[in-house]
Amino acid sequence: MRTIELEIGALRQVVPEALRYTWGFVTAGTTLAGAGLAIREVPLIIECESGHTRRVRELYEGLKCAKCDRSTRIVTGQEFTVVALDVDAGTVGPLWESEGPPA
Amino acid sequence: MGRFHRHDVGLAHDHPHPHGGDASHVHSDGDPKIIRDIGDHSGYDTGRERIEVLEDIFTENDRRAADNRRRFDSAGVAAVNLMSSPGGGKTTLLERTLAELAERCRVGVIEGDIETALDADRLRALGARVSLLNTGHGFGGECHLDAPMVSDALGRLALDGLDLVLIENVGNLVCPAEFDVGAHHKVMIASVTEGEDKPLKYPVMFRSVELIVVNKIDLLPYISFDMDAFRANVRRVNPEVKIIELSAATGEGVGEWLSWVLGISPRGVDSARPTDAEGARS
Repeated sequence: MRTIELEIGALRQVVPEALRYTWGFVTAGTTLAGAGLAIREVPLIIECESGHTRRVRELYEGLKCAKCDRSTRIVTGQEFTVVALDVDAGTVGPLWESEGPPA
Repeated sequence: MGRFHRHDVGLAHDHPHPHGGDASHVHSDGDPKIIRDIGDHSGYDTGRERIEVLEDIFTENDRRAADNRRRFDSAGVAAVNLMSSPGGGKTTLLERTLAELAERCRVGVIEGDIETALDADRLRALGARVSLLNTGHGFGGECHLDAPMVSDALGRLALDGLDLVLIENVGNLVCPAEFDVGAHHKVMIASVTEGEDKPLKYPVMFRSVELIVVNKIDLLPYISFDMDAFRANVRRVNPEVKIIELSAATGEGVGEWLSWVLGISPRGVDSARPTDAEGARS
């Protein structure tokens, strides 16, 4: 395993810096030792019932629509996703062929 | 399941990905499909493969949460995930709820505590069926309950004959907001001693719930808590949420909370049934 690509939304209470810092410790001595994290930080974007969208840079701004004061839904910012694994060629084929992908 | 996609160098598969949307990504033939020479993988040096996963890290938790919810549903039980900061008054509110509802509603409690059975003992004394989850095991403990933990607790809690299960989460305003445990309703307690700025400091928690119980209103004469400012801050992160002000200690305002609790029970407010507390004690 070389790199794990992650997406982390701004509304997820995951601190990318803390995750990067601890990643090395928890993977040391495992088959993931030396693997890196490629984290894409996804901004928090909200959209109100009238269709106004806004990027929220600081959560203390609140999550109501700034234009019409209405409720909003989260467009992006709740991601916490493993997007892809970047591995050395030939290291994962047998896993699938013998066992299939993890259930 | 076909959730994992393998992209060998210079290879791609032949259908679009639902990026950012539904991560369940099942091929009709159930196998990862590899088509040569499609897609731009120029950023990858030779000898590497890119395996597309596109899987939410919470997928497994959410699957287990759905299982828990089905168990509650099939037993005809309404389940509430009750969250607050440490010392917010979860156990005191549960005690009062159990005492007040004893004749009307049969309640089970799942009690998340890092260490000790202190809270569970307080609640058992009121005739509740309690399943205790100590998350500590001497290693510091979890800061939240997740769906597998609640599933374990359900294995030790007979749901038959219950109307309601109250899940007392670990005292924490951060992590519990992230984990679906399989409850039907998410409720938080915010006590007035915590200050009126907390909705803006913990917006994920305050946004995640449908009901906010503002506790310890008996202390309002002694502290500088601005209820209007608190409510305005709540509205900035969760405009639609219901707010109930009460004191679990004195009982003031608790009636509105009890009405809400009885209202969510699948058997409803009119399902007044004798309690089985007598049987539990004998």
